[in-house]
Amino acid sequence: MLTLLLILIPVLSALAVLITKNNSAKQVAMVGTLFELGLAVAVFISFEPNATQQFGFSYPWIASAGIMFAGGIDGISLLLVMLTAFLTPLIVLSTFRQPYKNASTFYALILFMQAALMGVFTAADAFLFYLFFEAALIPIYFLAAVWGGENRIKVTFKFFVYTIFGSLFMLVALVYLYFQTAGLSATVPHSSAITALYKVGLDAQKQGWIFWAFFVAFAIKMPIFPFHTWQPDTYTESPTPATMLLAGIMLKMGVYGVLRFLLPIAPLGMEAWSTTAIVLSVVGIVYGSIIAIQQRDIKRLVAYSSFAHVGLMAAGVFSQTLNGVQGALIQMIAHGINVVGLFFVIEIIFSRTKSRNIEQLGGITQRTPQLTVYFMILLLGSVALPLTNGFVGEFLLLSGVYEFNKWLGTVAGLTIILGAVYMLRLFQKAMFGGKSSLTEHFADLSLSERAVLLPLAIMVFWIGLYPNSFLKLTEPAVNNLLQMVHY
Amino acid sequence: MLSIILLSIFGIVVLFLGFQKSKNILLPATLLCIAIAFAANFVHWNDAPGLYFKEMLFENRLTMSFSAIVLLSAFLVVALTRGFADDEAAQPAEYYAIILFSLVGAIMMIGFDNLIMLFLGVEILSVSMYVLTGSDKRNLRSNEAALKYFLMGAFATGIMLFGIALLYGATGSFNLTDIRGYVGTNSFSISTLLYVGLLLVLIGMLFKVSAAPFHFWTPDVYDGAPTVFTAFMSTIVKTAGFAAIYRLLSGSFEGIYNFWWFTLAAITILTLVVGNITAVYQQSFKRMMAYSSISHAGYLLLSLTAMTAQTPDAIVFYSLAYSLATVSAFGVLMAVAREKSVQSHENAEDFEAFNGLGKRNPLLAFVLTVSMLSLAGIPLTAGFWGKFFIFGTIVERGNLIWMLIVAILMSAVGIYYYFKVIIATYMKDGETGALRVPPFYRIVLIVSTTLTLLFGLIPKLLS
Repeated sequence: MLTLLLILIPVLSALAVLITKNNSAKQVAMVGTLFELGLAVAVFISFEPNATQQFGFSYPWIASAGIMFAGGIDGISLLLVMLTAFLTPLIVLSTFRQPYKNASTFYALILFMQAALMGVFTAADAFLFYLFFEAALIPIYFLAAVWGGENRIKVTFKFFVYTIFGSLFMLVALVYLYFQTAGLSATVPHSSAITALYKVGLDAQKQGWIFWAFFVAFAIKMPIFPFHTWQPDTYTESPTPATMLLAGIMLKMGVYGVLRFLLPIAPLGMEAWSTTAIVLSVVGIVYGSIIAIQQRDIKRLVAYSSFAHVGLMAAGVFSQTLNGVQGALIQMIAHGINVVGLFFVIEIIFSRTKSRNIEQLGGITQRTPQLTVYFMILLLGSVALPLTNGFVGEFLLLSGVYEFNKWLGTVAGLTIILGAVYMLRLFQKAMFGGKSSLTEHFADLSLSERAVLLPLAIMVFWIGLYPNSFLKLTEPAVNNLLQMVHY
Repeated sequence: MLSIILLSIFGIVVLFLGFQKSKNILLPATLLCIAIAFAANFVHWNDAPGLYFKEMLFENRLTMSFSAIVLLSAFLVVALTRGFADDEAAQPAEYYAIILFSLVGAIMMIGFDNLIMLFLGVEILSVSMYVLTGSDKRNLRSNEAALKYFLMGAFATGIMLFGIALLYGATGSFNLTDIRGYVGTNSFSISTLLYVGLLLVLIGMLFKVSAAPFHFWTPDVYDGAPTVFTAFMSTIVKTAGFAAIYRLLSGSFEGIYNFWWFTLAAITILTLVVGNITAVYQQSFKRMMAYSSISHAGYLLLSLTAMTAQTPDAIVFYSLAYSLATVSAFGVLMAVAREKSVQSHENAEDFEAFNGLGKRNPLLAFVLTVSMLSLAGIPLTAGFWGKFFIFGTIVERGNLIWMLIVAILMSAVGIYYYFKVIIATYMKDGETGALRVPPFYRIVLIVSTTLTLLFGLIPKLLS
């Protein structure tokens, strides 16, 4: 029941926001997201750390075909639900100083997005998952395409067509698997419950096809090299709240999909193709990092860094080791926190200087002790310094990939070095050095900005110092998953 | 069957209502007639299936569902004809009567049990359409479209009639059950006449639903006809046509599936490719919708090619989703173009007509967006489930997955041109100033959009 509420409350708050006036929309949205966060915390506290699915709900949807409106939360879902519930209020709060035209529609779309994301992470029925997976695209498309930068129309359009195209392959795979399932009774010949899909057991060749159908869908979403071409442009052109949603949460839909569908449904396909998938992911890590080093636009730089980081998460998941998967889970949270923080810092810099060009900035530190500290914390988390959240995730991920293949693990390890290069270069050029005409009157953080950055900074250290508070929740579910893979 | 009788009587009544001075009563009267026919359609819901008029017509829950879709679309489209009687030269009574008669034809096509009835139904519907296409009498393009439609349509009907004659020659009967019996008992010695006859009948029918390569009339006719009749054509004719093809193939020729499936598969692929690719290059919204209607014919044919137990449900749902979305789209176009044609005489039916609509009238913009998303098959709209069920039938058939790959590629192409409309609506700047929408339009658009979203959330509402 709680799970259903997690999906419904954002929908209801979105409708409430739609009917409020533009100038009070953000407050209403804020209340809605905080309420959702409270609910998620309640779920978090009462969650039993075992492999079962909890807080489930199930209603007939297309009952005669065995398609149910069903959801629930297990360890893997829980982390992502928490991430979504935690980040959305901060994303809403981050917009408080920035007026957006048609604000009520703007915030309603953010809330609809949250509802769809909650649906994706909790769906227990394959078609329900697909529905939310696609539905999440609509609000984010409009957010990016209506409120975005100059090139927004072309860029977001490419994004939309690209992702829908990939998802359609997944739809075919799901429909195909659905027809292979055993039904619940004589009158209901098939079932689309995700657990029913797990039991299908196809032969190796068919699993290879299933693997690729899913892989294309999720690889575009994450994105994995060479399916990433939509990503840097879309991140750069979108308004910052949409970029935060995209990079902080939506990208995790792809990783989550791999965990939920690809690993348990096509283990033989994984056996045949996981090396290919990891090689592509590792190529993405190196490629993304090298391009990030050369960027001048700081938003674009973080976009490429995000592409590199997700490559490592994907590699960890495809390694099918406990460390790799656990690392990917913790890194999803860590990356969500860091990247939202970084994009917010960029937005702060941009809103005061009207520039994102690294060459035109500089000397910001002199007037802004607070911003400097927060920026540094988030940045160190991002480059995986020990004691920060990024370290835990990357360490586990790299050890997982290393377990799978030493050479790939070594190349993937470059991410730490290259990450430090582009991030520290960003910090050095933008924050240190002499003042430019743009940064002369740079004001330090306002109250609402601090209110966004403080929780993020706390989380950076919390996960960095005591990751076990999250890892212990996911471990039973991950073990259960890996058992299905290595049966 | 009551609905056929009622509609025929109502048609004559409406014709005579035209003698009254006040033309204002015609629209409500016609709407009432369609509503009554809609209710009458379900009279035999519980004692279906049944045969009527000496086994000429057949009725079961499937045919009733198809008739219901046709009548619902007709109701919505007719409601959009508000303001139609204002034109001095128009003869609204005749048009409303013709609309009612054409529905008789459509319902006959849906429920025929005898090939003669199929022919009669097709002719009644087509002749009505020729007249309605040319109803904008002073518009050269409307006249051209009507003549073109008539010439091509007459040809197609002729071919179909020839096919029916050949089928009669082979089997000695016009009755679907008898033909089925012939196919079943002589499975090793089926006369060649039957094969040729079937193909000719199929060609005639595929012409009516504008499948490639029999689609060349579609863009010109859709473009030339008054928009409200374009909406009528692209919903009612298509639904009735597909119901008829399904009835023909499943009723009599399932035994020779191996003969016709490949022909149908080839036409399906061609239709999908031609419809979608050509739609991309259109500047005029109406022409785009014409090609999009061709592509939707392709998706429906996909399901007919599969011909599994789920096919009828899939076609019903798809037709409904498609009809609702199409009515909304044309409704918005009419509302926008009305305003525009008053101000200037330039072509008001290009994509540019929608520029800035998001600011001018948020309701219209929302309706148009939902309708485009539904046509593109994006989740949370009825169109998604339509595609879902259609794809499901193909997967169930098993060996036709390759067709599905083509269909998916083409769906991605489809997103391109539907989104051109959405982009124009929200992201391009156009004229400013609020756009006023007559209340009748508003009700129709709200109803069709609500249904689209409702079926998108709860597809099981049907059946």
